[in-house]
Amino acid sequence: MSHDEKSGEERLVYMANQIAMFFASQPENEQVDGIADHINKFWEPRMRRHLFEIIERGGDGLSPMVLEAAASIRRPQAA
Amino acid sequence: MCFVNEIDYGTPAVKSDKTVTLTIDGRSVTVPEGTSIMRAAREAGIAVPKLCANDMVKAFGSCRLCLVEIEGRGGTPASCTTPAADGITVSTQTERLGAIRRGVMELYMSDHPADCPACAQGDCEMAAMAEAVGLAQNRYGQEGANHLAPAPAGAHEVNFKELDISNPYFAYDPAKCIVCSLCVRACEEQQGTFALTVEGRGFESRITAGMDEPFLQSECVSCGACVQACPTGALQEKSVIEMGMPDHSTVTTCAYCGVGCSFKAEMKGEEVVRMVPYKDGKANRGHSCVKGRFAYGYATHKDRILNPMIRQRISDPWREVTWEEAYSHVASEFRRIQHQYGRGAVGGITSSRCTNEETYLVQKLVRQGFGNNNVDTCARVCHSPTGYGLKTTFGTSAGTQDFDSVEQSDVVLVIGANPTDGHPVFASRLKKRLRQGAKLIVIDPRRIDLVRTPHVEASYHLPLRPGTNVAVLTALAHVIVSEGLFDEAFVRERCDWDEFQDWASFVLQPENSPEAVEKASGVPADLIRGAARLYATGGNGAIYYGLGVTEHSQGSTTVMAIANLAMATGNIGRPGVGVNPLRGQNNVQGSCDMGSFPHEMPGYRHISEDATRAIYESLWGVKLDDEPGLRIPNMLDAAVEGSFKALYIQGEDILQSDPNTRHVAAGLEAMECVVVHDLFLNETANYAHVFLPGSTFLEKDGTFTNAERRINRVRKVMEPKNGYADWEVTQKLAQALGKDWTYTHPSEIMDEIAATTPSFAGVTYALLEQEGSVQWPCNEKAPRGTPVMHMGGFVRGKGKFVRTAYVATDEKVGPRFPLLLTTGRILSQYNVGAQTRRTENVVWHEEDLLEIHPFDAENRGIRDRDWVKLKSRAGETSLRATITERVAPGVVYTTFHHPETQANVVTTEYSDWATNCPEYKVTAVEVSPSNGPTGWQEDYEALSQRSRRIGHVEAAE
Ligand code: SF4
Ligand code: SF4
Ligand code: FES
Repeated sequence: MSHDEKSGEERLVYMANQIAMFFASQPENEQVDGIADHINKFWEPRMRRHLFEIIERGGDGLSPMVLEAAASIRRPQAA
Repeated sequence: MCFVNEIDYGTPAVKSDKTVTLTIDGRSVTVPEGTSIMRAAREAGIAVPKLCANDMVKAFGSCRLCLVEIEGRGGTPASCTTPAADGITVSTQTERLGAIRRGVMELYMSDHPADCPACAQGDCEMAAMAEAVGLAQNRYGQEGANHLAPAPAGAHEVNFKELDISNPYFAYDPAKCIVCSLCVRACEEQQGTFALTVEGRGFESRITAGMDEPFLQSECVSCGACVQACPTGALQEKSVIEMGMPDHSTVTTCAYCGVGCSFKAEMKGEEVVRMVPYKDGKANRGHSCVKGRFAYGYATHKDRILNPMIRQRISDPWREVTWEEAYSHVASEFRRIQHQYGRGAVGGITSSRCTNEETYLVQKLVRQGFGNNNVDTCARVCHSPTGYGLKTTFGTSAGTQDFDSVEQSDVVLVIGANPTDGHPVFASRLKKRLRQGAKLIVIDPRRIDLVRTPHVEASYHLPLRPGTNVAVLTALAHVIVSEGLFDEAFVRERCDWDEFQDWASFVLQPENSPEAVEKASGVPADLIRGAARLYATGGNGAIYYGLGVTEHSQGSTTVMAIANLAMATGNIGRPGVGVNPLRGQNNVQGSCDMGSFPHEMPGYRHISEDATRAIYESLWGVKLDDEPGLRIPNMLDAAVEGSFKALYIQGEDILQSDPNTRHVAAGLEAMECVVVHDLFLNETANYAHVFLPGSTFLEKDGTFTNAERRINRVRKVMEPKNGYADWEVTQKLAQALGKDWTYTHPSEIMDEIAATTPSFAGVTYALLEQEGSVQWPCNEKAPRGTPVMHMGGFVRGKGKFVRTAYVATDEKVGPRFPLLLTTGRILSQYNVGAQTRRTENVVWHEEDLLEIHPFDAENRGIRDRDWVKLKSRAGETSLRATITERVAPGVVYTTFHHPETQANVVTTEYSDWATNCPEYKVTAVEVSPSNGPTGWQEDYEALSQRSRRIGHVEAAE
């Protein structure tokens, strides 16, 4: 395995921040909703569950906009 | 058995508002003004003898066989070059004409070998014409005048030229050439390559390729247009020479690229003799490329696996089993795994190489049979950003035009696509339009062929640094807005004006100016300004783009930036304009349409929509999960985590086509039941537990949907060598899992698609039979399909402008990795090459090469053809270098057609923010001299060898 490879969680944080980065440039009233809507539409429950786990541990590395959007992200049902 | 015969009208159709009416041999006929007398006659049912004309190229008037008499005019004009005129009276058969024609034919025949095998086979129009004109004698003899054939005594005439058999697919025999120049014109007008010329005069004249080279060494791209045009056996398919003429034929669709060319598969029994492009095919209009016409040999290649196989562990040799055993093994494994690890532990991957019907069944198997939404497709790795971007801005996930549209374009902007290699038949049509005067803008890090090719030169080439598409496109918008070049009336009528204003103020920000963008992109500001002005003001502006747009971390943003440009300039909603993704594989469009993504049902309806789920729930009798399922990368992650255990992969080679080969390998290795359903033991099959043999496009019925949304029929011309078409295998699997599927023909699957998907509501096999093909949406509102979309307004209502801020990729060059690698494809090979590598096409591309600029090569002490090591943060591989100025300093380029190269070992795991389409087009690398393949390549080769063993022991009881 190569040294620069990210773990699953790091990748998830990276992806969430990437989404936030796009919406950060959108009109202000669309930013947070845009992030939540995107994650609800495209992230399967397992990924969202991991995301909430990260947030509950303090959200290390996540952009503040993702944390703000978390309130509108659908919580997956227990597996 | 029937033979599809197409009428040759002698000269191309002419478009004109005015018509003329004339009388030919007593029959009155009305044709558009400018039509030749020859064509008018043919339309009236009269075939005038001819040798140097066909309806694909402009008439030349050299053979003098097509002469006619016109009342009141003197002489005997050639009907192919004389336009029909109002009120004239033409005779095509008179005593005088007969005598002239016989004289002409006699001369021709004296220079034509008496023993011409093509004549005997019926593949030579000479013999037919000699008969048609009633030639009975030859006063000139057979030998003397034939300068090009070997003299009877064995000594060669001075002008003898040898048979050219260098091309793997066709032969050129100068002795049979009558110098009608049809091939020269086909190469120029149809293909646009200009490889052929007539050299010499009189009896010495002959056709030569390139600088009097063998065909293979010349610039010939082996499209075969000249072979098809040749009226004699001078240019002939080797397959016809070997097998003789075909005796029946069927119209079908090429299974290689997203152009979706129609072909007549010309057969002898169960064997294909040749593929001949079909003139009524609306995507290709009778043209083709080397892959579609010639590279079908993989269908019968000895590597094809014809029996199902199973193994316990991937280190075991394969064991051949019966189909029944394979089905019940898969069913019991999938059941066990779902029981043990949960319903979501299994999934499926659909193929963009298989038919719509097959794709539909795989997603149905996953949704209905597995009870989850874990279905994805390899379109993820190529065009998922197209779906996202166009849906957001226009409201539908598809290109807006048909290919015919390019004939009305005035300015064509090509970005991140290399049509001459990736979409050759579209490229030929584009080049034709450019030769007529349309202007071209190319935005690409490489100087692709289109930038300068015979009689075509781009007005602007913007050689941007890989990864800066969004910056450059937004800078184009900056120029258009700041200089007031946008189409205000269009925007006010069709788009949301407030959103436009928001967008306009965004693009006007100083960081989006050409001068600011010049720094990041390396494109001089004045080039950006010039290109923007040309696109906005040059008339009908059309944008064509490819994987160089989508395979980036900002792929979706780039697609939206393209859509913004088209909307701002009013270049949408009529012929000649539009936004057109050039799709990679033959059925990428179709596989996306058919609900292959984990969040979407067929027709791009989100899985969370209750009404949509209800349609399928009542039809399929199951409850559908309203949560999106796993995408391919998620499946692999979940597999490594231990929660995903089984995968059914139809017709895709994810190990080779997906990014970060090691991650894919690790994911597959962690699964307990990987089922590969394919023609060959592909790279992914190295990690499979079950192998189900697949069938080729020649062996099944179905439909493919090309890049223009055109639904084309695929027709079975031979029995599946493996016994079953792919849709039948999926059906058997579903049955083994207890589902009551009872399709007896793919048309029934299409009926189900139509019944459940509004944009396909009107599609039936009967309609396809009648129309040849239709472009979706095809429903009550558009009963015969939709060539151009968004005509009166956008599908989503108002077109949406989206701000597109440039975000530099995190894949950055630095001291360790100072060069940027970008990847692409070449003409003769296709995708990961599993098919094309199993044809004679390998003569054009034996291995993947690394293109490097002379400056960078010299700095590193690399010479042409040296082995080099290509290293990135993700991994390293070795290949040979080729030194060229096509790439800018600082940029290197390679293709990914050969598994030994493993270019994806090097590409990183960065991906598009919206869709996770991998960022193949930008990888920071270092290149250094090396001695040969890397350890990984050698290990991998050994693994492949080991895992392809097939044990020939009796199946244990
Ligand atoms: S095969 Fe195509 S490219 Fe080659 S000479 Fe013939 S027409 Fe030209
Ligand atoms: S590969 Fe593409 S361009 Fe070539 S014949 Fe097939 S569909 Fe046409
Ligand atoms: S066909 Fe008209 S001159 Fe040859």
